[in-house]
Amino acid sequence: MENAINFLPFALLGILLYTIMLAVPSVRENGFRSRWSPVIPIAAFTYFLLGFDGSTQASTIWEHQLLPIKASFQIDGLSRLFALLITGIGSLIFIYANGYMKGAKHVQRLQSFLMLFMLAMLGVVLSDDLIMLFVFWELTSISSFFLIGFKNEDEASRKSALQAITITGMGGLIMLGGFIILGEIAGTYAISEMHNPETITTITGHAWFAPMLILILAGAFTKSAQFPFHFWLPGAMKAPTPVSAYLHSATMVKAGVYLLARFSPILGDTPVWNIALMSFGGFTMVYAAFQALFRTDMKSILAYTTVSALGIMVFLLGLQSSDAIAAVSLFILVHALYKASFFMLAGTVDHETGTRDISQLGGLGKVMMPLFAIGILAAWSNGGVPPSVGFLGKDLIYESTLHHPVWAYVFTGLSVVTNIMLFAAGLLVGWLPFRGKSTHPNTHMPHWTLWVPAALLAVLGMLFGLFPALINDGLINPVANAIAGAEQDVHLKLWHGFNTVLYLSLLTMGAGLLLYTIIKPGATMLGFIETAERMGPRRLLHAIANGFVQISSWVTQTLQNGKLRIYLLVILGFLVFLLGYVVLSDTSFVIDKKQLSDITIYEGITVGILFTSVFLTLFSGSRLAAVAAMGVVGYTLCIIFVFYSAPDLAMTQFTIDTLTVILFVLVLYRLPRFIRLDLSVRHILDGLVAIAVGALMTVISLEVLQRTPEREISDFYALNAYVLAKGKNVVNVILVDFRGADTMIEIVVLSIAAIGVYSLLKLRLRKNEKME
Amino acid sequence: MNTIILKTASKYLLPLLLLFSIFVLLRGHYLPGGGFVGGLIAAIAFVLHAFANGLQHTQRLMRIHPGFLMPVGLALSVLSGMSPMLLNKPFMTGLWKTDPVPVIGSLGSALFFDIGVYLVVIGATLTILFTISETR
Repeated sequence: MENAINFLPFALLGILLYTIMLAVPSVRENGFRSRWSPVIPIAAFTYFLLGFDGSTQASTIWEHQLLPIKASFQIDGLSRLFALLITGIGSLIFIYANGYMKGAKHVQRLQSFLMLFMLAMLGVVLSDDLIMLFVFWELTSISSFFLIGFKNEDEASRKSALQAITITGMGGLIMLGGFIILGEIAGTYAISEMHNPETITTITGHAWFAPMLILILAGAFTKSAQFPFHFWLPGAMKAPTPVSAYLHSATMVKAGVYLLARFSPILGDTPVWNIALMSFGGFTMVYAAFQALFRTDMKSILAYTTVSALGIMVFLLGLQSSDAIAAVSLFILVHALYKASFFMLAGTVDHETGTRDISQLGGLGKVMMPLFAIGILAAWSNGGVPPSVGFLGKDLIYESTLHHPVWAYVFTGLSVVTNIMLFAAGLLVGWLPFRGKSTHPNTHMPHWTLWVPAALLAVLGMLFGLFPALINDGLINPVANAIAGAEQDVHLKLWHGFNTVLYLSLLTMGAGLLLYTIIKPGATMLGFIETAERMGPRRLLHAIANGFVQISSWVTQTLQNGKLRIYLLVILGFLVFLLGYVVLSDTSFVIDKKQLSDITIYEGITVGILFTSVFLTLFSGSRLAAVAAMGVVGYTLCIIFVFYSAPDLAMTQFTIDTLTVILFVLVLYRLPRFIRLDLSVRHILDGLVAIAVGALMTVISLEVLQRTPEREISDFYALNAYVLAKGKNVVNVILVDFRGADTMIEIVVLSIAAIGVYSLLKLRLRKNEKME
Repeated sequence: MNTIILKTASKYLLPLLLLFSIFVLLRGHYLPGGGFVGGLIAAIAFVLHAFANGLQHTQRLMRIHPGFLMPVGLALSVLSGMSPMLLNKPFMTGLWKTDPVPVIGSLGSALFFDIGVYLVVIGATLTILFTISETR
């Protein structure tokens, strides 16, 4: 279909609508809405399968007039493969979740977050605008935070969720910085508009290219769990298994790979890109595969093999040759197929036996034959044994490393070692628990929803391997085109004849089998490799996080200690410090006597009263007298305002002073005992701060007089008050018209203050009542 | 406080002061005054009444809790600010009736905005003062 993309906003809206419907609690768990949830991803999958054929379609639905923000979508081969994976595996996960979570609490909540996550993920892979992509990117982090922490009564779950959102969220924010630099260099925020050769030259030749690229890579590497940011992914295994199967096999962790693939034609094939991707990806794939070998928890093994597979993808994207691009295009699909079925398998075993520990599992093949078959098929594809699609994928990987001009031996060696370890790890999950002595003889065959989805994926993995033509032209070649930014010629073939690649494959299988028979996962090795993990950046992150908590609690306890005196001292001290610095460095301290008017007798008397009452406030023996004297200080100020023709100010000050005195009288006897003035350190300090503030304000007032008055603003108001706002009182016109929005905010603040006082006092009263 | 003079006076002072506060509110556009000062004067009127007759008496007289004046005032201000948007003009554009109205004078959206300010100031001030004196 030519214009299938025009329907896209409605499709996304539909998903959002169902998300909201799921979020509204229903009376019954496993109700109608919950049971029918798989319909949505299935419909979306059909739409992406039939509506698009790998050619590029684009649509812009909204554009901001001034800011470079657009709501624009683009679907090419790469986007389509990801959209198909997200909705296709999503459909199976929703079916699986219905069976897995049967009878559990808050199923609908889980499904709602899963649906939201699916929406966000689709947004990431379909957006053409950088800013929109970023928004969806962060939405995947946020929805996955809720999914990982779904068992929110469990502290470890909450901790893992926090860890995941800290790493991926922080990476996303760093990436935003890179996006903005990229957008400013390119002069456009639309990815599709960056593809022409001129723009690419501008971008790659720019002085800010390297910093920008590093920022974007930080986002991709954190999301795709590259070393040293990988540790959030194994931690995220605390989530219910449907979540792990969905987020951590095919979708969220591949968002980083997607981003790299998306930018590969624009930013790729530059030294920084190649070196960064090859080194990070290369190290991650070997390190994580080694870590996977000695785990005993099925999901933990799968998590580390996922990190390793992501490392392979990043590594391949760093190679940039057309072989490597073909390899990564296929490997994205291969990995999603076998890893999702592995995860669902692990979940089902856990669901039926209550454990995922492979050292405690055995002989399950006798009672759960179909599961065993799934395990074998997935391990088959994972190991790259012909005729599975995994074999095709591994062939292409070896092909691309062998053809590297400089480092062919090193890279081939690294990928062979990685694949050997991954082969063995796959057998640990797909073979070991089903062989040997039966540990759980009383288990039954699970409900069909718990194994058919996994079986479907495992069978597809075999089918695509036997008939590569099914995916070659329709699916994989368009992906390679999009990653390379040029027409590619991908030929997937099962049999290439006897060549080096085939011998390497045979070597991998043989060595993998050997390794599987040698390794004995157990507590000793686990402790050893755990130490290696703990020493790494996870420790640094925890130290930083703890440091933040300590510093903030120290600051809070010191500055916000509940004593108003300290609050005032801090605020005023800071004011004197900052304002004083500016004023003193920029003041002439010359008073022009001609500008000062003479003092009349009325003013003299008023100032006399002012001084007397200030003295009384400070030195009176009773608090009531001090409060009254302070009121007098306010009133004399009002009179001075009247002298200098500021009646509005005088009126307001008058009423405010009256109310302040009333307020003081009201709280008078609730205050602590009146302390007579003696010259303690504390009083001297208070006095110093008070004098400093007063002196500062005096200097500022005098300085204002001294400066050539800039009357532009006041003239504008005076001239236009009647013309534009039909008012003759300029002060009031400013308040209600020219700066009306300010006034509106002010009355909001006033209301909040009143609510604050009300709730503080009322709530405390309730507590007291309870204690009595 | 229990003085017969203040008690008697406050009975007459309350309506007078309230009337005065409305007068200050309305004259604000041409002469010193406005919603803020008007609101404060009205608040003082009620506080004076509470001093003379006791808080409960004043609260009975007011019928509603003064806190309810805050949302009413805020809503009035926001609505008057938004009213120009109905005529496709920017937020907070002053709208004015061409012919003056008796007693009030010329009528415009700024007046309703100021009445909103007036109500919020009364509400907030009295809420704070009443809450504090109730907590004895």
